[in-house]
Amino acid sequence: MIRLNINGHVHEVDAEPDTPLLYVLRDDLAMNGAKFGCGLGQCGACTVIVDGQAVFSCLMPIAALPGRTIRTIEGLGDSPVQRAFIDEQAAQCGYCSAGMVMRAQALLEHNPHPSEQEIRSTMAVNLCRCGTHMRILAAVRKAATAMGSARVTTP
Amino acid sequence: MPFHKPDRGAIALAKKRIAGIIAVLLIGSGCAAVWHPSIAPLAARPAFPPGQIARGAELAAVGDCAVCHTVSQGRPYAGGRGVPTPFGTVYATNITPDPDTGIGQWSAVAFQRAMRDGIDRTGRHLYPVLPYPHFTRASDDDIAALYAFLMTRAPVHQITRANDLPFPLDNRVLLAGWNLLYLNPGTWHPDPKHDADWNRGAYLVEAIGHCGACHTPHNALGAEKDSRALSGGEAENWYAPPLQAASKAGQPWTEDALVDYLRTGFSAGHGAAAGPMTAVTEELASVPQADVHAMAVYVASLMPKSSTVVASAAGGAGLDPLFAGACGGCHAADAPMTRNGAPSLALSTAVNAPTPQNVIQIMLNGIPWREGKPAPYMPAFGAALTDAQVADLATYLRKTYSNQPAWAIAPADVAKMREAL
Repeated sequence: MIRLNINGHVHEVDAEPDTPLLYVLRDDLAMNGAKFGCGLGQCGACTVIVDGQAVFSCLMPIAALPGRTIRTIEGLGDSPVQRAFIDEQAAQCGYCSAGMVMRAQALLEHNPHPSEQEIRSTMAVNLCRCGTHMRILAAVRKAATAMGSARVTTP
Repeated sequence: MPFHKPDRGAIALAKKRIAGIIAVLLIGSGCAAVWHPSIAPLAARPAFPPGQIARGAELAAVGDCAVCHTVSQGRPYAGGRGVPTPFGTVYATNITPDPDTGIGQWSAVAFQRAMRDGIDRTGRHLYPVLPYPHFTRASDDDIAALYAFLMTRAPVHQITRANDLPFPLDNRVLLAGWNLLYLNPGTWHPDPKHDADWNRGAYLVEAIGHCGACHTPHNALGAEKDSRALSGGEAENWYAPPLQAASKAGQPWTEDALVDYLRTGFSAGHGAAAGPMTAVTEELASVPQADVHAMAVYVASLMPKSSTVVASAAGGAGLDPLFAGACGGCHAADAPMTRNGAPSLALSTAVNAPTPQNVIQIMLNGIPWREGKPAPYMPAFGAALTDAQVADLATYLRKTYSNQPAWAIAPADVAKMREAL
């Protein structure tokens, strides 16, 4: 049994220690927000927050997680990031959205005043196959403003 | 350089070392002729034949001028990039033809003096972070071509910030002593025992490409140890592996493998370029194949001809859970990426290196996407893994995939490398 602290609750998980967190979230805990995209850390659909930083849950063995704090989209509550994604219509099929929101959330918690370049380089590892990147960037800028940051510089 | 664990003793030693360095340089400077005249500013920018400019562009790519003389996302050749050295940070200058902040007032003679002697137009010494001990070997024609290329770039008005060097190393007069000790003037002479290709490659590697600036160990005064040329060095917290007999490559580096690696940043039998080498391979991608091939001929001739015995790394049952969950999807035996040509970690230069620096760097930072370019990629694990987990995983990789002596890695070593990012 491995104990995982997810969204403030401790879950006892009966899985092999090399099991990726994503599989435990979806298959054992019915938290289906994080998505399986590539399984190789190349698309970002599975992004969750561990100890305040965005990580690919598909490459995150649960053996690495005892004692650490995991947050998924289910635990985000009413973050301005989600509101901004809705306002900016930043989803087409929506498959990448949970990962995008979690990466943006981690960025803005660390850096409430990101520059355009910081937003772009941070979000670059999450892919959207529908091509909504411009709307996603607009949503992140909007969320940055909503979360109390006025300065978002343009390139 | 060994994997560093600075402690109080090391700091005291470093202070003593710096005192020694200064003493040597002062004595040297005293002996040397320290005064160099200013060279009259150009009234107008000269014109150059297109062929000369084009040749200069190729040489600038071989010499990676843009790599140091451009900041991230900055205007090409406008300078400003901080180059970390053991002595402090030196900022690369603006080498666009802007008359006030660049080299717009430099004549061809002034440019040649900078390349050969490390003296700028006004007579001021340049720090040997500019690899003029290599460039001094370049031919007159090639220096003229580089000048033609740089003088025809878009001028950018951008003042270079002051170097961050401790007193008295910020005093450039000391460099007169350094040059007396370590600058061996004279252009490149071909070796008649070798063919034209080899000689071309040797010239490009030694005089223009300055591979030794990273791949040769440096002495306490920051000069390359010529007796150990290309035997492995360090750059920006990365280990630069040997380009000669000391190479621990699991498969011998052939000319073809080197051409692949230098032009694409990837070689199937060895792995991907990372860290400071990435930019070098991006530059070499634009250099004529014949020149890169010549460089490969020369380097391959220095390398061991037979394989180092590599670990078998069977994998399968008994994999470390961290490795299986975080790395196995790409690096385990028969993982999809290995089927696409990625080599076993047993062949990895980083895993077989004397220090764990590169393995830790790559784990923390991954190999970033290169926008718009087909190139190797690895996700970063700096956020996913703790310092202790990175240390454990690096230790496991070494034990499992290499026959070389084990690394001793403490979590604090990983933390230090994180700080340096």
